[in-house]
Amino acid sequence: MLRIQERLFRGRSLGRGAALGLLAGAVLMAGSSMATIPAVAEGKTVTAVMHSGLRVLDPIITTAHITRNHGYMIYDVLVAVDENFEPQPQMADWAISDDNLVYTFTLRDGLTFHDGNPVTAADAVASLRRWGKRDSGGQLLFDVTESLEAKDDKTLVWTLKSPFPALLEIVGKQSAVPPFIMPERVASGSADEAITDYTGSGPFVFVEEEYQPGVSVTYRKFDDYVPREEPASWMAGGKNVKVDEVKWVTMPDAQTAINALMSGEIDYLEQVQIDLLPILETSENVTVETRDELGYQTIGRMNFKYPPFDNVKVRQAAMMALSQEDVLGTLIGNPDYYTICGAIFGCGTPLADESGSETLTSGGDIEGAKKLLEEAGYDGTPVVLMQPTDVVSLTAQPVVAAQALRQAGFNVDMQPMDWQTLVTRRASQAEPSEGGWNMFFTNWMVPEINSPLISPMLNGRGDDAWFGWPKDDEIEALRAEFIAADTSEKQKEVASKIQKHTLENVLYIPLGQYASPQARSNKLTGMIPSPVPVFWNIEKAD
Amino acid sequence: MLGYIIRRILAVIPVMTIVAVFVFLLLRLTPGDPAAIIAGDMATPAQLERIRTSLGLSDPLHEQFITWVGLLLQGELGTSLISNTPVTQMIGQRIWPTVNIAVLTIILSILIAVPMGVLAAWRHRTWVDYVVMAFSVLGFSIPVFVIGYLFIQTFSIELRWLPVQGYIAPSEDFSKFLSRAILPCLTLATIYVALIARMTRASMLEVLGEDYIRTARAKGVKETVVLFRHALRNAAVPIMTIIGTGFALLIGGVVVTESVFNIPGIGRLTVDAILARDYPVIQGMILLTSGLYVFINLVIDLSYTFFDPRIRY
Repeated sequence: MLRIQERLFRGRSLGRGAALGLLAGAVLMAGSSMATIPAVAEGKTVTAVMHSGLRVLDPIITTAHITRNHGYMIYDVLVAVDENFEPQPQMADWAISDDNLVYTFTLRDGLTFHDGNPVTAADAVASLRRWGKRDSGGQLLFDVTESLEAKDDKTLVWTLKSPFPALLEIVGKQSAVPPFIMPERVASGSADEAITDYTGSGPFVFVEEEYQPGVSVTYRKFDDYVPREEPASWMAGGKNVKVDEVKWVTMPDAQTAINALMSGEIDYLEQVQIDLLPILETSENVTVETRDELGYQTIGRMNFKYPPFDNVKVRQAAMMALSQEDVLGTLIGNPDYYTICGAIFGCGTPLADESGSETLTSGGDIEGAKKLLEEAGYDGTPVVLMQPTDVVSLTAQPVVAAQALRQAGFNVDMQPMDWQTLVTRRASQAEPSEGGWNMFFTNWMVPEINSPLISPMLNGRGDDAWFGWPKDDEIEALRAEFIAADTSEKQKEVASKIQKHTLENVLYIPLGQYASPQARSNKLTGMIPSPVPVFWNIEKAD
Repeated sequence: MLGYIIRRILAVIPVMTIVAVFVFLLLRLTPGDPAAIIAGDMATPAQLERIRTSLGLSDPLHEQFITWVGLLLQGELGTSLISNTPVTQMIGQRIWPTVNIAVLTIILSILIAVPMGVLAAWRHRTWVDYVVMAFSVLGFSIPVFVIGYLFIQTFSIELRWLPVQGYIAPSEDFSKFLSRAILPCLTLATIYVALIARMTRASMLEVLGEDYIRTARAKGVKETVVLFRHALRNAAVPIMTIIGTGFALLIGGVVVTESVFNIPGIGRLTVDAILARDYPVIQGMILLTSGLYVFINLVIDLSYTFFDPRIRY
C-alpha cells in the first residue's frame, strides 16, 4: 500500500522538501505587516461588526445599505428626516416662495470638508445633480426642475417648473440613496463611475490607508466638524462625536461575532441572527435591543409580462393563498421580532393603511384561491419561482410560498440559485421557460418603501418599471396625484387609494414586517434609535 | 540541474496560459452581473447598462480578454470591479495572513505528527500505536469548524486564555500574532497531524523492516539514532510529499477556518469575489494559486536531492 502511494506521489512530481518553503515563509512572515484586523477595541475606539463588508465606497452609485451607512459617517446632507418623518435643516436652512416654485437653501456657518476647504453652494449643486441622475426620487424631482444654481458661496436656489410639495422629503430621505454633499471636483464626475476621492464634510474622516475592502474600515473623528445644537433624532440634529475612532470589521461567521462581543473583543453587532439570541441573552455584559422599530418589509413580486401572472385574477389567487403568519413564522420564528402588516407603505409610517390585505394578514385562504384560480382559467402554466440559497433572510419565503401556491393549484417550478444569479436573471425579460422568471422575493427597509415617490414597486411604466415591469397607467396617475398633494391629509387620502389599487392589482405582495435586533457592549451608551446605525452621540466607558 | 529548473520554469508558460484562458471563459459563462451588485436593487436596466459600459463589461469578449492579457504582460492583474482597488493590492493585503497561518500550521503539524508517527511505528500494535491511530481517525473525521468552535469555547470563552478571533501581523506585535494564530493553527493542524502521523507511521513501518535497520541494531547503535537518523531519513520521501501537498492546500486558502477565526486571508477573498462576480479578483486569485502550486511543486521536486542524493535531474 505504502509503495503504491509513494509511487503515486513520485509520479505526480509532488514530493518532499517543504522545509525550504517553510523557511522562506518564516522569513516572509517576519516582514509582513499588512492585513491586520483590529481585534480589540482600546480606549475611545468603537469596534463594530456591521451587517456586511464595505466594498463600494461611492454612496451615490449603489443602493447597498452598508455603503449608505458609510456615507452617513463621512458625508453630511442638506436636509434630514427626524423620527417624526419631518424634514429638518442639517447643513442648510431653507425658504420657500409663495408660489411653491422656488426653494432657497442657505448653508450654515462652519461647514468644512475634511481637506480644510469650506463647503460651498457650488459643491451642493454638483452633488445634487449627480444624485439626481441615480436616485429614483431625485429623478422625479429633476423632471420638474427648471434650474438649480449657486447664487453665492452660501446660497443655492432650486427653481421648479411646477410645485413639488415633497421636495424636502425627497432631499432629506435616508434611503436608499441620500444626497450626500461632496466637493464639486468629486461630484462633477460621471454618475455611472465610482468616485475615487473620499473627501466629505461629515462627522468622521475615512482613513484610506487602513481600508481593506470587505475586511475592515476605520473612521476617525473629524475635529473641525461643527454639529447642530438640536438633539440628535434619526439622521437629523446634532452629530456629536464622543469617541476618537470607529472601526467596522467584517465577520462572516455569525457565531464568531457573538463570541467576540461576549468576550469584549468588539463593542457592537449591527444584526444578530434570531436563532442565536438565546446565547447572547446569557451574557450580563451585553444588551440586545431593537434599534430600528420599523425594520424591514418582505415582499413577493411577479412578472407581469408572461402567463400566468399577466392575468390579474391569477395574481389575486396567488396573493389569496399566501399567509404572512406562515412566511414570518418560518423566516423569523420569534413573534417578538415580526409584525403582521398589510400596509404597502409599512406599519408605523404616516401613510400606513392595511386595506385590501385581509387574507394576507389572517392566515391566507387556500379554498378561495382555488376558486379564483378556476375562474381565471389557469391552464397549469408552470410558475418559475426563483429561490436564493445563500441569503439567510430570503431562503424561507420561496419555500413557504411554493407550498401555499401548490395547495391552491399552481404548478410551481421552484429553482434554487445564488443571489447573484437571481439578480441577473430577474433583469431578463425572456420567457420563463427560456431563462426568464415568474416570481421572486426580496426585503426592503421600510424607509425605502414608505412613500409612493420612492417605492420602486409602485412604478407602472411597463418596460421602464422595476423588475416585473407592470404597465399600469392608473398607478402612474395616482402617483402624480400624490406628488401634487400639498397637505399631509391629501397625501394620506391618495396613499389610501394607492394601497387599494396596489393590492387589487397585486403590483406586489407585502408579506409582513420584521425587526433585526442589534447587540452592544454595556460599555456603549447613547446610541440613538434610527433605521441607519449611526456612531455619533455614542459614549464608551473605560 | 540548472537545465531542469529552466525547463520547469518554461513549462509554466503553457500551463498558466491554459489556466488564464479557461478561467476567463468559465467566469464569463457563469450567470451573474457585477454591475447589478454595484448598482443595487433599485437600478433601472438603463443604469445597469451604463455601469456595465463604464466597467468595460459591454465590450466583446475577445476585447475584454486582450485587455486583461495586456495587463498581465505588464505584471498587472487589473482592478476590482466592485471595490475599484488594484487586484495586486488586494492580494498583497490578504496573502500574508494565509501564508503565516499556513507556515505555523505546518510547523506545528510536523512537530507533533512526526514524533507521533515514529512512536506508533516503533511501538507497533501496542496501545501507543492504537492511540495514535485513533487520534488520526478522529482528526480526519471531525469537521474543521466543529474543532474550531470547540477550541474557542474552551480556550477563549471558558478559560479566557486566548482571543476569540482576529489577526495581527507578526511584525506589528509577535506575541499578539501568536495569541490570535494559535487556535486557527491548532484547528487546521488537527487534520494535518492526523495525515502526517499516519503517513510517517506507515513509511517507518516499512523502513524498520529493512535489513540495514536490523544491521544497525545488531551493531549496537542506540535506538534513537536508529529511529531518527537511519529510519526516519529513509522514510522521509512520502512524508515530505504529504507535507508539501498540505502546505500547498493551506496556501490555496482555508475558507472555513478563516471565517470561524475571522482571518482576512485569500480564501475569503476568493469566495467573496466569486459571490460578487468580481472577475478580475477571481482571475487573479486563480492565477496566483496555480502559480503557487507550480512553484511549490518545483521546490519540492528540487528538495528531493537533499533527502535522497541518488536522485539527479
